[in-house]
Amino acid sequence: MSEEILSVKDLTKRFGGFTALDAVNVSLSGRERLGLIGPNGSGKTTLINCISGALVNEQGSVSFKGQEVTGLKASKRARLGIIRSFQIPRPFRSMSIIENLLVPMEYAASERKEHGQLRDQAMEFLELVGLNDRADENSSNLTQIDLRRLELARALSAKPSLLLSDESMAGLSSSEVDEILDILLALNERGVAVIMIEHIMRAVMKFSERIVVLDAGKKIADGSPDEIVNNPDVERAYLGE
Amino acid sequence: MKLNRFWVGIVVVLLAGLAFTKIADNEFYFYAIYAVLQLMVMGIAWNILGGFTGYVNFGAGGFFAAGAYTTVFLHKALDGPPLLVAVVVAPIVCGLIGLGIGYLTLRLKGVYFAIATLAVAIILETLVINWEYVGGAGGYYFLIPEKIPFFDSYIEWLFTVILVITLFAIVVSRYLNSSRIGQGLAAIRDDELAAECMGVPTLKLKLISTTVMGALMGMAGAPFPYFITFVEPVSTFSLLIAVNAIAVPMIGGTMTWLGPVVGAIVLGSIQEIVTVSISSELNMLIVGVVLVGFITLAPQGITGVYRDFRDKRRRRK
Repeated sequence: MSEEILSVKDLTKRFGGFTALDAVNVSLSGRERLGLIGPNGSGKTTLINCISGALVNEQGSVSFKGQEVTGLKASKRARLGIIRSFQIPRPFRSMSIIENLLVPMEYAASERKEHGQLRDQAMEFLELVGLNDRADENSSNLTQIDLRRLELARALSAKPSLLLSDESMAGLSSSEVDEILDILLALNERGVAVIMIEHIMRAVMKFSERIVVLDAGKKIADGSPDEIVNNPDVERAYLGE
Repeated sequence: MKLNRFWVGIVVVLLAGLAFTKIADNEFYFYAIYAVLQLMVMGIAWNILGGFTGYVNFGAGGFFAAGAYTTVFLHKALDGPPLLVAVVVAPIVCGLIGLGIGYLTLRLKGVYFAIATLAVAIILETLVINWEYVGGAGGYYFLIPEKIPFFDSYIEWLFTVILVITLFAIVVSRYLNSSRIGQGLAAIRDDELAAECMGVPTLKLKLISTTVMGALMGMAGAPFPYFITFVEPVSTFSLLIAVNAIAVPMIGGTMTWLGPVVGAIVLGSIQEIVTVSISSELNMLIVGVVLVGFITLAPQGITGVYRDFRDKRRRRK
């Protein structure tokens, strides 16, 4: 296992009187594949938001590659290499598919190359997700699965060292889920650590090397997929007593 | 090669304008073209924040008037300095106002932002109405210098000034549109949260956008007192000015720098022709009718329709 790249310590996030995350600790090493599961409303997306900087946590700290990033804006964290994909795809709708990729390439990855070179590189990412034939089409006419592909290609083109994938498979068919899984695995092959939120258990179990379970804002389990499946606390969280 | 064509175009238009001051003998042309160009600069300015960045703003008239009143203030304080002093100072003042207001209002979105900017214009108007030094509610008369070097009349000089301002605004707008900044602004317009998460420093870019918008609006307003020779707050801060500035990019198209240029030529020309041939009272009606027509039939504006047409033809080939 390589060294730790992400360390979340005692992270607490409140919305008014509601505690969405309660002293959560998570750590992640480089190239690791972590599954993040839990019932609805358990704080998974909130945790992703606090790590990526879309939300600011009240207590606790987030550090990335040994650097404290708590309080940094999302754009700064993106430039450091923390990139997220969204639960509901959020493409830049006025742009073509390839232009969607050029934004993170120029900003998050700070590429200062010629336009042609950037395009070539973007085409490579599109090839990985299978959108290369449609590079110049407008992104507003895509189907669900293609939107997910674009979402991942865009995240990839930001040159992340940590990808936070928020339910990139919800609502997809079984074969489409496999397709997205393959993309995420290919990404991981390239040296990207991945935190995956997912409700589709088959996908989480297949993908994750380690799984963290949240319930009502607290971490209730952290271990290998096998350990998690046999954990009585997890069973209770999902099925009740 | 496209870049060269653009710059050649800019130089040609400038030279043609200068030649025009020597050829044309009817002063009406200069007044008419001045009005169209002023409209163009305002449309371009509005479009930088409204079109490129997606923040609709009803306070454009306020920045325009702030530019005009900067000129009034300088005129009084410095005892009639050259017009060019105002053309340089007004955008600095209005750019700073834009920066400050952007900092205060940019966390608002959509309708709330639009209303906040409207409020800003009203606050500025109230300030000026109660500021006796610049004429207060009574207004301020401008005495135009009788002689001006190189030009036969003062309007020819004003025409040249607004032409240069217009070309400058076009260059700035095109740079913002086609550069890395423009790509960031477009990302903000499409989805601000996604843009931020893709590394776009959204606050910084939005502040650049409001500052440039304010500066260009102020620049459009700076020569206005010389043009109109009598400035008073109610008509200078008129909502009509803001509506015109919005109508121009809506008609021409908001996605590119070319949109407001085309829009101003179309709307401004119609307005000037109708003012002369039918009645100046019809102005507002024309803006309304043309705007409604474009919003229902071609919501992407003239440049948007052309782009769709070109894409379709290319696909057929």
